[in-house]
Amino acid sequence: MDYSSILSSAIGELISPTTAAYALAALGLAVHFGYSGLLNFGQAGFMAVGAYGFAISTLTFGVPFFVGLLIAVVASAVFALVLGIPTLRLRADYLAIVTIAAAEIVRYLVTTSGWTAVTGSANGLADFEDGFYSMNPFPEGSYLGMNNRDFFIRVVGWGLVVVCCVLIWLLMRSPWGRVLKGIREDENAVRSLGKNVYAYKMQALIIGGSLGALAGMVFTLPRGAVQPSNYGTELTFFLWTCLLLGGMATVLGPVIGAMMFWVVLSLTQGVLTGLIESGAVTWLSTIQAGQLRYILVGIALMLLMIFRPQGVFGNKKELAFA
Amino acid sequence: MGAFFAALIATLLVAAPSAQATTPSPSPSPQNFQNNISGFLRDDARAPIPGVRITAKGEGFEGTATSGASGSWTIGVPKKGTYEVQLDESTLPEGIKLAEGQENPRNVVFGETSTQTTIFAFGKGIVVQQGDFVQDLTNRLVAGLSFGLLLALAAVGLSLIFGTTGLTNFAHGEMVTLGAVLVFGFNAVGLPFWLAIILALVGGGLFGYAQDTGLWKPLRRRGTGLVPMMIVSIGLALAVRYIIQFNFGGATQQLPGAQSAEIQLGPISISPNNLWSLIISAAVITLIGIVLLKTRLGKATRAVADNPALAAASGIDVDGVIRIVWIVGGVLASLGGILWAYYRPGVTFDMGSQILLLIFAGVTLGGLGTVFGALIGSVVVGLFTELTTVFGAPADLKYVIPLGVMIVVLLFRPQGILGRRERVG
Amino acid sequence: MSMHAKDSTERGIDYMTDTRPIAAGGNTPGCKKRDPIVVAENVSRSFGGINAVDVEYLEIPRHKITALIGPNGAGKTTLFNLLTGFDTPNSGKWQFEGNSLAGVSSYKVARMGMVRTFQLTKVMGKLTVMENMRLGGSSQPGERLSKALFKGLWGGREKEITAQANVLLEKFKLDAKKDDYAASLSGGQRKLLEMARSLMVQPKLVMLDEPMAGVNPALTQSLLDHIKNLKAEGMTVLFVEHDMNMVRHIADWVVVMAEGKIVAEGPPGEVMKNPAVIDAYLGAHHDVDLGDAEGIKELEAELEADEESVVGTEDAGILSVDVIAAEVAQEKEQK
Repeated sequence: MDYSSILSSAIGELISPTTAAYALAALGLAVHFGYSGLLNFGQAGFMAVGAYGFAISTLTFGVPFFVGLLIAVVASAVFALVLGIPTLRLRADYLAIVTIAAAEIVRYLVTTSGWTAVTGSANGLADFEDGFYSMNPFPEGSYLGMNNRDFFIRVVGWGLVVVCCVLIWLLMRSPWGRVLKGIREDENAVRSLGKNVYAYKMQALIIGGSLGALAGMVFTLPRGAVQPSNYGTELTFFLWTCLLLGGMATVLGPVIGAMMFWVVLSLTQGVLTGLIESGAVTWLSTIQAGQLRYILVGIALMLLMIFRPQGVFGNKKELAFA
Repeated sequence: MGAFFAALIATLLVAAPSAQATTPSPSPSPQNFQNNISGFLRDDARAPIPGVRITAKGEGFEGTATSGASGSWTIGVPKKGTYEVQLDESTLPEGIKLAEGQENPRNVVFGETSTQTTIFAFGKGIVVQQGDFVQDLTNRLVAGLSFGLLLALAAVGLSLIFGTTGLTNFAHGEMVTLGAVLVFGFNAVGLPFWLAIILALVGGGLFGYAQDTGLWKPLRRRGTGLVPMMIVSIGLALAVRYIIQFNFGGATQQLPGAQSAEIQLGPISISPNNLWSLIISAAVITLIGIVLLKTRLGKATRAVADNPALAAASGIDVDGVIRIVWIVGGVLASLGGILWAYYRPGVTFDMGSQILLLIFAGVTLGGLGTVFGALIGSVVVGLFTELTTVFGAPADLKYVIPLGVMIVVLLFRPQGILGRRERVG
Repeated sequence: MSMHAKDSTERGIDYMTDTRPIAAGGNTPGCKKRDPIVVAENVSRSFGGINAVDVEYLEIPRHKITALIGPNGAGKTTLFNLLTGFDTPNSGKWQFEGNSLAGVSSYKVARMGMVRTFQLTKVMGKLTVMENMRLGGSSQPGERLSKALFKGLWGGREKEITAQANVLLEKFKLDAKKDDYAASLSGGQRKLLEMARSLMVQPKLVMLDEPMAGVNPALTQSLLDHIKNLKAEGMTVLFVEHDMNMVRHIADWVVVMAEGKIVAEGPPGEVMKNPAVIDAYLGAHHDVDLGDAEGIKELEAELEADEESVVGTEDAGILSVDVIAAEVAQEKEQK
């Protein structure tokens, strides 16, 4: 077994653009659930809205990169409004069911053959990333073993993560963040103090959803393609696992959670595949090894929630529930 | 709880060696692939047309089939996607031509199901048989009712569990899958069909019991909140779904007698499987209704759902009632799964999670936690699912509409159709 | 707060010793008040066919402490919920300082100066005591998303409300706990915190839902004093309470509810002797807890020892279970 390549690919996951995308989307979930107590089980839908919003506005309407970016974020804000209006007055579990349903609706809508010309249906869309890479300030060459494109997307993706973390940190230490934390614990008490709880929840839903949209773009740009099958409910559940791993009511928690998630997945996958190829494990096929990691994610999610709901690094005293 | 996780992993490991035994397909039929495109070729007198060659191209794959004596043809394809299907008109018998307006070649796009049907119509200038709107409507109504009632089997269990424990169980879809997978498994090892079904229902009940005893009851004891429990159920759903895939494989398998020609019942044409499904689920739901309304157990269940603390104070064994609710919920979900395997048709590892949201929609539409609301909500969802295609919605969007309806209903009547408003503060 | 007090002295009225009559006419259920702050008409709310609240007419007197009493299930909390916008009545209209409140959402009601607490205390256990207090502060620019990012825009106001909170915490003897998580407080301390937090809103009318429930007897005295101080500072108080002795000692006016209706109104001494009230408590509902005789005597001794505690209230008087029971027995004999 080639330990060094297993290890180096695991370390590569630490700074991969996909990890950055997961970190951004999980940060959005932290705004939703960790700080405001909103159960968003449709973060994959927000990511899809961002990715498709960008891809469609670039391909169908030919807008420049930053306009596409703006359209993607505005689209996710509209999506948040549509979801929030019926559900934010209701009990928390209604929002959970409506968000997961809405995310699936988005996925069905971009898959339907009726709009193939716009959405590319099941095959998705491709070739929309030129506008992005044309802004690459790094000349061709090798940067830490990466080519200039790979390096550029990592710089942008992680730069975005840092900026968003700082912004969320600033927001959460403000009186605005204090109201959200109050709502997380008891929205009626906050209401009785004269705060418009509905408006705050809506703002939180939109901010977390916009982070999801940005994540969708960071996820899709390095691939150069957006496909509906990437945005199923499982993506949302992986994001929740990241959030719970790192600690939900912290700014850095989701980022560290996303890194841990991908490093652990990469390690288990590498070791299992290595064991199978070397003949040490015969009762598993490589396909089954791939399925095994989903099983591990599921069990990890349960164990975390039961035994360490504050996350690996979180502070139990600040946890919304115990 | 530790025991529960040990058991979860043990299931995985014990079952793993047998994985190779179940995964290979039984015959060299088109079912080597998970998905297939199929259809029936019949002339305008509804007589089958054999020996016609049809090809499907797409997703870097090309497959061919020839229609059999019954006029049926199936092309297995490696993945869901878009395929160009062409009927070789030179292989048609003398005097038979494609009807006017029949696209050939045509594009077939997969939706959620693993089987896509495309019908070529023949005749002397006859357009597709779409003239009889009323007939189509009644057929879809019956199909929708059948689908709605099988959803209701799962939804009633989900609603009972929600009512008595407050848990929104995201692992309910896997309880549905388990029923169908167990029937397939028991049947594959050579047990008679009826025994396989009984064992699958028992298995579903046992799974419900094991979940409650090994996981949910200890969590209730610890005073775990409802939201954390909901997230735990998501983890459980992921783990169980992939444990099933690990052992069952990713392919679509068929239960015995899954393919059947439609029969004519008065003005309605329905497949015998759908008819049976309709009868069985209606009977079982009536039985559940009677038990809930008339028996001591039913009254105890409703009392626990209404107010667990009060029920406990008045001498009802709350844990006992919840245990029974989990067992019954497991059996009902298994039965729903078996019927769903015939409705789709096909057994896959993710068949339950495909309808989980429709089950949720049924429960939410009816009002969270009310059993009869879940029944009505599910039937509404079933009817919407089937009827939308009659009114011109694209077939690959038929699951979208009930989900959309659910969101709209919540906007205007948040407590659902039968739910009660709650007191605040 | 001190501003209110100044106002009152300027006008030459000390609310603590103001003995002008409260009612405009006779003390009948639904009577007009000389100076009402809340007026409710035909407010009704039913749950599943049962009328939880069915109030024909009710006025709450300004600058007074009004107690809302009644047996369990009389609809007191529901009336609170309706008045503060936490629940919607089936019919009726009600106003606060002349502004109609029908259809006004609960947070706007609170902003108008009508602030409530809850029967089951609602403090944010995962926030510190100080953060709980700051959450109550009104007109904070930093609570707007547009300004939240820049501390320069809200830091000044934050200092002001922190100072306000420090004063209140000191008064409520919670200043030593201000950096602790509220979850670490005792039940009584949480009640105090909830009341102190509601004062951060600078309300005109404070509505307390069972302020004494579950409070350690050692703390009840200071709670009573706090409630009376609210009046001294120019606020109006409406509170729900089960314990008649508390009511007797601090209320200027008592409203009695039974089965959703107002059955009696008047000064405490008068209401306690009203046969309809005694009937509501002891006739139809024997399960009502009036406290045991020992506890009542103890409390009375305590209250009598404390001069402060009787300021601004009717004469403390004597009330114990045996007195009421004797009265009931007398009633029955007369019949």
